[in-house]
Amino acid sequence: MSGAVHNAASPPSAAPPRTARADDARAAGRDLRPLLVLPGLAVVVALFLYPFLYGLFLSFEPLEGGALANYIRFFSENRLYGTIGTTLWLSLPITVLNVGLALPVAYALRVPSTSQRIITTILVVPITLGTVLAAQGLLSYLSPQGWMNRALLDLGLIVEPIRLLHKPAAVVISLVITGFPFAFLMMLSYVTGIDPTLARAAATLGAPAHRQFFRIYLPLLAPGIAITFALCFVQAFAVFPSAVMLGAPAGPTRVISIAAYEAAFEDYDYSMASAIALIMGAVQLGVVAFVLGLRNLAYRGPVASGKG
Amino acid sequence: MTASPIAQRAWNLALGTMMVFFLLNILAVIAVVAINSLGRRWFGGWLPDGFTLGWYAAAWGEFQLSSVLMVTAQVAGAVVVLSLLVGVPAAYAMARLRFPGKRLALLAFLLPLLVPPITYGIPLATVLYQLGLGGTIWGVILANLVPAAPFVVLVMTPFVEQIDVKLEDAARVFGAGTMTIFRRILVPLLLPGMLSAGLLVLMRTLSMFELTFLTAGADSQTLVVALYYAVFAAGVRAPQSIDAMAVIYMATTLIWLLLALRFVDPTQMVGRVKAQRA
Amino acid sequence: MQNFGELRLDRISRHFHTHAALRELDLTIKAGEFISLLGPSGCGKSTALNCIAGLLSLTSGEIRLDGKRIDPLPPEQRGFGMVFQNYALFPHMSVRRNIAFGLEMRGIRRAEVNQRVEKALKLVRLDNLGDRLPGQLSGGQQQRVAIARAAVIEPPLVLMDEPLSNLDAKLRIEMRHEIRRLHNELGLTTIYVTHDQDEALSLSDRIVVMRDGVKRQEGTPEELYQRPATLDVALFMGFRNVLDVNARQDGVGRITAESGAVRLGALGQAPSGPAIAAFRPDDVLLAGEEGQPAHVGTVEYCGRDWLADLTLPDGRTVLMRSPHPLTKGDPIRFTVPPERVRVFAGEEALA
Repeated sequence: MSGAVHNAASPPSAAPPRTARADDARAAGRDLRPLLVLPGLAVVVALFLYPFLYGLFLSFEPLEGGALANYIRFFSENRLYGTIGTTLWLSLPITVLNVGLALPVAYALRVPSTSQRIITTILVVPITLGTVLAAQGLLSYLSPQGWMNRALLDLGLIVEPIRLLHKPAAVVISLVITGFPFAFLMMLSYVTGIDPTLARAAATLGAPAHRQFFRIYLPLLAPGIAITFALCFVQAFAVFPSAVMLGAPAGPTRVISIAAYEAAFEDYDYSMASAIALIMGAVQLGVVAFVLGLRNLAYRGPVASGKG
Repeated sequence: MTASPIAQRAWNLALGTMMVFFLLNILAVIAVVAINSLGRRWFGGWLPDGFTLGWYAAAWGEFQLSSVLMVTAQVAGAVVVLSLLVGVPAAYAMARLRFPGKRLALLAFLLPLLVPPITYGIPLATVLYQLGLGGTIWGVILANLVPAAPFVVLVMTPFVEQIDVKLEDAARVFGAGTMTIFRRILVPLLLPGMLSAGLLVLMRTLSMFELTFLTAGADSQTLVVALYYAVFAAGVRAPQSIDAMAVIYMATTLIWLLLALRFVDPTQMVGRVKAQRA
Repeated sequence: MQNFGELRLDRISRHFHTHAALRELDLTIKAGEFISLLGPSGCGKSTALNCIAGLLSLTSGEIRLDGKRIDPLPPEQRGFGMVFQNYALFPHMSVRRNIAFGLEMRGIRRAEVNQRVEKALKLVRLDNLGDRLPGQLSGGQQQRVAIARAAVIEPPLVLMDEPLSNLDAKLRIEMRHEIRRLHNELGLTTIYVTHDQDEALSLSDRIVVMRDGVKRQEGTPEELYQRPATLDVALFMGFRNVLDVNARQDGVGRITAESGAVRLGALGQAPSGPAIAAFRPDDVLLAGEEGQPAHVGTVEYCGRDWLADLTLPDGRTVLMRSPHPLTKGDPIRFTVPPERVRVFAGEEALA
């Protein structure tokens, strides 16, 4: 599962004014230390930015037709443009669900405790194992003879095994199994980053529990919720292995990454594959920009306490 | 206006029940794989008819696990070493210095972590195949460096920030040059951070499916990709031996997790870098 | 201000696991009083404050406000104002909204809220900063907002938890006056937690000295300053000279404390036998032939006076604050007025 670091996206005031001092300390002589950033930057430029640009140009050099032929074809063929809707329809509700569940659970567990430690430790396991393993486990777990059907039968909720695999529901379950822990751990780190004396101050001023949450925690968490939502969405939108293994990759769970993969590795049309990858990136960017735009409406300063 | 204690309790009970249900399901999914890999035959029923270790021997041969594990170790080791080598100096520059284009550099380090691998993996694989690196172990290593190096930068930055600048000043006053300071002052102090970052990169590389899948050839697959192909081609092999392979994969990943949890907070696994400073 | 008669703490205790942070504290606070809980860190003073606020539950004991038990109530139903050490201003709300928060929680009409907030802003002299966010204020200004926020709800009781410890020395003295001014002008009843005896002495009507979760002494600032009941209170009150002595009752209310070459007179009662004599460096005076002999050791210049180590013939050291310059190595004689010497014996002498 791809994690992501978002501390740069956290409040701007988090950076301490230390760099100024470091500059002064090097007032004498020429400072070559900034060059240290170059090897790392070279990796990103050569292996990330360059391929992206290369893909961008490649997408305008289709195997046949004019410069825009790939894009025209994508948006005129249902089995191609339809993947956007399919993927959004899968990923947006899942993201709302994952973040919506993660927030209250993380809030309830904000005080360090044994249960907090146990839960975070168990939840980090599916993140570490990744989507392929989760999908592999669900293949047995959700099968007609699997424990899920067996439990439902024994509880008398069903009379004969129901089909859970190879339909969108299975993909949804796998996305919750890997996505919820991710959302939870991110939300937990935001919730625990908020100074608990703020809620105590609110309590002494007469705010009962639910108002402490809505008036103090929620406004301070808003930026964190937006970032968590954006990252969870981006990951769900890029769902690939579980859509192939658990879903119906030819039909209802033919997500956009499957279309891109097929173009590249089955049709060997790298030009078309790049076009689809770029469209995928553009949709992700669009949703993320929208969510982070909403975030700008919220308070974005420090969350520790009144000290600036 | 006050929420009643009963409503409060009911709410907590609902959350608790939901979490227990969720955790049980996660454990069950993992347990099913483990039990099936040990089961002789399993038709219906809660448990298999009998137990055996035979599937592990079968999986070891069928899937050429010794060579797959070798490739996995080589890829993971190389990615950890290379990402630390390029990431730690960059983290130092990002934490300590001001230079033109720093904001752009930060953006460049963030993007590979924000964009999902499948999105940039396809153009990246295209370029690597053009260069003749596609399908080789070097292609796999380079592809995995894309998220790993920026990850090291962002994990290490707060570790550098928390080291007092005055330590470097003091060393400089006593005559140490930049290289000596790096070697004698910074590296020893940064060792715990490098250990955490290295472990996190290791686990992320072991479970990195998409990039390896897109760039690996038949003899440069890591374990997770081999597992995917085995499941994909299910029907050819016994499901128990696929599950045996899955258990081996889980073991290789979770051992490091167990080790990592001694050093890092679970929230760091998702890349959340806790502010180390007071 | 809301009218009330008294708040009574009745043997309140608070344990953390097996550790007793607060043990059977008895205390009565009358309306209009300024009471300080004074002691080193870990003495239980903040625990006591948090118990009164309702942020910590009691392990045993009762808290009564005019006879009505309030200890089972959550903090939001007690209606006390509290000023936190780090101020705990809501960072996403303007100064005005911070101050209005408590009033809004009480469902007060908007017009009245606005009017009371403006009044509070004026009172703490921040009328021109009402729209700023807390992060844009200096430490002293944030402190004022925190006080205004606690006071505007007109609570029967204001609780202050080391409110000045995050400020620099100069600002601390300024804010000290400010807190006492507000206490008087608003007719507040204040419980103030601090580890700084100067703060406690200058602010309080009454001081409670605590240690290891136990109340060691309670009294007016003068009582504590002049007649600390135990050695640990004395040490906390600046009795920096501590000598092991032999005490002897020397008539009614007079004690003679002897040890080697040193002989001190003191007032009070003490059983005969080993004891500890304590006095302040300020009370050590130069004397003539009848004084105790000593040599001047290290001398420190303190601006308006000198602080010197005096070495006794048996090698022990006495600190002296002298208005005149002293020279290292000079032989001198000193005396300590009997009313300034405290002699502690038995349990009192435990520090």
